[in-house]
Amino acid sequence: MANENTAVAAGGEFLTFMLGGEEYGLDILKVQEIRGYDAVTAIANTPAFIKGVINLRGIIVPIVDLRIKFGLGTAEYTPFTVVIILRLGRRVVGMVVDGVSDVITLAPEQIKEAPEFGSALDTRYITGLGAVEQRMIILVDIERLMTSRDMELVDETAGC
Amino acid sequence: MTIDITQFYQIFFEETAEHLTAMESLLLGLDVSDPSMDDLNAIFRAAHSIKGGAGAFGFNDMAEVTHAMETLLDKLRKQERKLGNEMVSALLEAGDAISMQLAAHRGEGEADAGLVRNVRTRLELLSAAEPVSPLPPSGVEKAAAEEVAASGQQDDPGYGFFDEPPTAAAPPQQDAGHPAGEAPVPGAGGAPSGRRAADHVQQQAETTSIRVSVEKVDQLVNLMGELVITHAMLAQSALQYDGAVNESLQRNLHQLEHNTRDLQETVMSIRMMPVSSVFSRFPRLVHDLAARLNKQVKMKMVGENTELDKGLIEKISDPLTHLVRNSLDHGIESPERRTAVGKPPCGTITLKAFHQGGNVVIEVSDDGAGLNRSKILAKAKERGLPLRDEMSDQEVWALIMEPGFSTAEVVTDVSGRGVGMDVVRRNIAGIGGRIELDSAEGLGTRIIIRLPLTLAILDGLSVSVGQETYIVPLNAIIESLPGSAADIKAMGGEGRLLRVRGEHLPIVALRRVFGIEAGIVEPERGILVLLEAEGRKIALFVDELIGQHQVVLKNLECNFRKVPYVSGATIMGDGRVALILDVAALVAQQAQAAKMAA
Amino acid sequence: MAKTVLNVDDSTSIRQMVVITLKDAGYEVIEAADGQEGLDIARVKTVDLVLTDLNMPRMNGLAMTMALRAMSSYRDVPILILTTESGDEMKKQGKAAGATGWMIKPFDPQKLLEVVRKVIG
Repeated sequence: MANENTAVAAGGEFLTFMLGGEEYGLDILKVQEIRGYDAVTAIANTPAFIKGVINLRGIIVPIVDLRIKFGLGTAEYTPFTVVIILRLGRRVVGMVVDGVSDVITLAPEQIKEAPEFGSALDTRYITGLGAVEQRMIILVDIERLMTSRDMELVDETAGC
Repeated sequence: MTIDITQFYQIFFEETAEHLTAMESLLLGLDVSDPSMDDLNAIFRAAHSIKGGAGAFGFNDMAEVTHAMETLLDKLRKQERKLGNEMVSALLEAGDAISMQLAAHRGEGEADAGLVRNVRTRLELLSAAEPVSPLPPSGVEKAAAEEVAASGQQDDPGYGFFDEPPTAAAPPQQDAGHPAGEAPVPGAGGAPSGRRAADHVQQQAETTSIRVSVEKVDQLVNLMGELVITHAMLAQSALQYDGAVNESLQRNLHQLEHNTRDLQETVMSIRMMPVSSVFSRFPRLVHDLAARLNKQVKMKMVGENTELDKGLIEKISDPLTHLVRNSLDHGIESPERRTAVGKPPCGTITLKAFHQGGNVVIEVSDDGAGLNRSKILAKAKERGLPLRDEMSDQEVWALIMEPGFSTAEVVTDVSGRGVGMDVVRRNIAGIGGRIELDSAEGLGTRIIIRLPLTLAILDGLSVSVGQETYIVPLNAIIESLPGSAADIKAMGGEGRLLRVRGEHLPIVALRRVFGIEAGIVEPERGILVLLEAEGRKIALFVDELIGQHQVVLKNLECNFRKVPYVSGATIMGDGRVALILDVAALVAQQAQAAKMAA
Repeated sequence: MAKTVLNVDDSTSIRQMVVITLKDAGYEVIEAADGQEGLDIARVKTVDLVLTDLNMPRMNGLAMTMALRAMSSYRDVPILILTTESGDEMKKQGKAAGATGWMIKPFDPQKLLEVVRKVIG
């Protein structure tokens, strides 16, 4: 059963990415771009999964490593490390994942309610399961996840 | 064709606000005993313009008030009435009433009809022994118009022709009354007819302007910042080439730098506004407050055309208001007291703005009682503020900017609203400025505010700790010295003090503030940067000084949260982000820590 | 070719209204913020119609009208005074200065267009 606060995802296009051997999908409309991992400027006194900030064509963008946040995979940074830059409302945030795999289109009937099973992600952020051939894609409400208190990216008083 | 008249409202609102401001400052500047005809005419024109627009756009309430103003002003400029203080006050109040009506039309609040009626009645009484003619609705003049109007106008009031109604096909021929050469040449204001074309161009430049939204200007400033950064990055990449390629590359880069700098200056200048936009509110404030406090005060303004970043102008307004109120309330003495000490009964408050180096300096000075050293010291002692023997005057004056200190013996209605000089100092520091006080007992007080030219760019010193680079705002730096040459005292544990010119400053290790492992551990082997904020000093220990730069300020909080001890970020020549230190927060934290330890 | 109107008024909002109204109707409009500027423009360009306010800084509408009439290129150009002052005094002065006619402010855009059409088509 889906969490009552999270509507089951409607159909549409999703960017899928790998994290700890599982495949996740997020609404493609939230993706601004995909880029490699550049040198970040560390920010003191922040949790380890907040890697720091980068200069994205003149704007300062924080980068989080979901692999560290959820204790999945190995947090190595190679020339192949991928950062998904998300545009969430007016905010721009980057997230490091194991890899980006695909852009897929899901019809509403391909999306099932997310079961309450133990994924690395809290079920609050999961909007459904997408089935494509043999693959099961965990659909994530990325905006809700990134702006949650857990991610420590947002506070009430900050803003510009 | 239908024309939606509401599309012009916004322009009319802005224009009216400008006229009101101009009118108020002209009224306050009038010499009541001998008003200048130019000023009276200018005030009349402002009222007249508001009336014209208000009528055209159907804001009849404003047209009525301005009509009453205009009637009185017309009599004044024709010298049928003699200007008096009560007239100036009534006209000022009428300006307020129109402001209120304007706000109401803008959908901000409601106009007080009773107040408006009072103002109008007062103006009408002042205008004449005989009552003022009521504002004619647009059709009333019809009868009069028709007397002069040529035939064919009976059914169409509101316009007319002096001669035969012209027809579209044949433009009207003027009668013999105005052949070329015989027409009277205008006297005052008329230009000699042989003006050169260059003069004409000059004229055009003076009067041609466009309104642009602040958003667009800010966007331009942001893009400009990008360009500066891109240039710096390009210059950095160019370093890897050598030989002939490098030579031409360097030459072109140099040209780019030159153009970029010119462009930057131009773009920045768009954001600049004269400080008169803040200063102009003070004559009125002083006028009203002086009356309430039974004091006589003259307001003097110097350098009000000095330009300052728009963002700063907005932020300087409150602190300046506070300082001017303070001067009036605590500085300027009562007329009796002034006479008793041999001063003229009327005090003077001077607002002055000028450029000095890369700063704009704003001074608020008064010829009042000045600060009293022993009183301040006594009060500071009572408040438990840290005192030393043999404090300099400067240091004593700085005490009044400490939190919780108030110099007012009596909390009056004017100041003493719980906002002290400490808040003023914090606000000024918040916009990258500094505040100093200078006073001589019996002679007056002068407050000096130094501000950066703009908020978008900051002069900074880059420093390194381990692999990290930070920017220290230059306005907070007193000096820097190598740890090896410094007199450092161990305080047990991690605490260390720097002794410099008889002062002991706590040493704050930036590596500890930001939890950096790498780099230099002992202050003796690093660099100490002496910083001052809110009257307190610390010695910041860093590994190395890298260099001085102008950096473009970037907001960190647009996409991230507030980071302690960091006020913003910038992008360095290599494209990496560097954080800008919040010196005030560092100093405050140190003071807090010291208090905890004590 | 489109007829050109010179609009002289120190009020930006009134000018804006005149400009938009006339431009929408297919006229070219040149703006001047006071009599002096109006005169400067007139020296380099002859228009088909002048619409002028009376009360303006630097040079008022009457003075400008007189100066325009002294120029051969403007001897026959219609000049309409747009004014809030509707009394006989204005009319006497306006006529003496050589204006063609007057129109009382406030006016609505429709009325303005009507008058302009009447004068220059």
